[in-house]
Amino acid sequence: MKSIEARPETLNLRVDGHTVGVPAGSMVSAAVAMAGASKFRTSVTGQPRAPLCGMGICFECRVTINGRAHCKSCQIPCEAGMEVETDV
Amino acid sequence: MSDAVSNSVSNVVSSPAFDVAVIGAGPAGLAAAARAVESGARVAMVDDNPRPGGQIWRASRSPEPWLRSNVEVFSGARVFAAPAPGVLALERSDSNLELRYRSLILATGARERFLPFPGWTLPNVMGAGGLQALAKSGLPVDSKRIVVAGSGPLLLAVARYLRDHGADVRLIAEQADSSAIFRFGLGLIAKPAKLIQAIGLRAGLLGVRYLTACWPVAAHGAEKLESVTLQRNGKTWTERCDYLACGFGLIPNVELPTLFGCRMSETGVAVDEYQQTSVANIYCAGEVTGIGGLDLALVEGEIAGYAAAGKPHDSRKLFAARNSKRQFAGALERAFAARAELRNLPQDDTFVCRCEDVTYARVRQCSNWREAKLHTRCGMGPCQGRVCGGAVEFLLGWKPDSVRPPVLPARVGSLARPL
Repeated sequence: MKSIEARPETLNLRVDGHTVGVPAGSMVSAAVAMAGASKFRTSVTGQPRAPLCGMGICFECRVTINGRAHCKSCQIPCEAGMEVETDV
Repeated sequence: MSDAVSNSVSNVVSSPAFDVAVIGAGPAGLAAAARAVESGARVAMVDDNPRPGGQIWRASRSPEPWLRSNVEVFSGARVFAAPAPGVLALERSDSNLELRYRSLILATGARERFLPFPGWTLPNVMGAGGLQALAKSGLPVDSKRIVVAGSGPLLLAVARYLRDHGADVRLIAEQADSSAIFRFGLGLIAKPAKLIQAIGLRAGLLGVRYLTACWPVAAHGAEKLESVTLQRNGKTWTERCDYLACGFGLIPNVELPTLFGCRMSETGVAVDEYQQTSVANIYCAGEVTGIGGLDLALVEGEIAGYAAAGKPHDSRKLFAARNSKRQFAGALERAFAARAELRNLPQDDTFVCRCEDVTYARVRQCSNWREAKLHTRCGMGPCQGRVCGGAVEFLLGWKPDSVRPPVLPARVGSLARPL
């Protein structure tokens, strides 16, 4: 079984203004976590939230990508130069 | 609808009619698409993830034996409505598509069952499969302290994956009693391949504590998870950890079959011997018919693929294999049934609905789903009850009453057309 670790290429994107390098094939959710953000979004009562299901069911992984809000970061592959904003 | 509104909808394309449309590109969907296309059908396969493989084959080459170049694959596409018979409305990141089909195979898989407990909404409290999915998506877990908890064989597979990737797996907390699991283990002896698989998983976990009759009662932390309190034999203690990977088995994703009016069984969507649902020309295969694992999903997918392509007799050779795999699934269900004490986990102020932040006290005051939705907005947020639904079913015994389009949040532009 070949996993994404077998592909060494790295690409850079920005999370909340900070550049983070991730292995090609990574999802945006992994990049956000690698950038050190523990909070992906704020709940309706003000609580910090981050991914629960990891597979597009729970909507807790929502972030803003290239200006588009409410993107499910667990299901979107990273692209070089992406601008990701958490907690918007 | 006026022409002006129609024209304002960008990039809506209508496909030519496919003989078979397969929704879901996990093992069942892949097997169905392969057998349907081999039977001469024109086949489309739709999945909301970027690549085929589903959750179990995420980021691996395992789907390759089932991929067929003449299946038209629509990845990153969500079915949000069925606007007319034989038509599915799909939303992709930059365009919409109306997919036309003669027969439909729904292989929508399963999700984890989450049960609420104090602190379960903290960042880094995830599903068991959820954390594994995030790790497969590129999150490094080396040297992370992880508690794996909940129920079912998935916990073992997840713990081994995390450990193999350098994680410090502190323990596995399985809520089921050892006696129930032991009975399941005895049943396995009649299925040598399964026994070897099970032993292989356990052997790979040497050095990791596997505690039965043990479950998390609270997660703690300020801005993110810092520790989890576990209970076993009436005693509680606290483990410091970076992640809690916690899921209480799997539940089928029945939203789309429900939208089509397919009848349900005790375990999922009811199907006949050819995997056809109560609705003509709509088939279901894999976990959506009842949780049964990879091997059963593949064989059900193959049968549905042959049948939907108009070659049902080609599928009969697979019936015996399906029967034996279903027996195995039934034994699994009994061994890992959720214990009643788990109903005591949520406190009055524990959120049951994470989308709308609705507490258990408020949900419990209602007498059914409809009342809870109207009075508390429980299940009315973006996930549309996909997370709290499984919890509420276990805690209060409520079954979801209906599914209405859009079955997922959709762009306004997508909705500016009749559903």
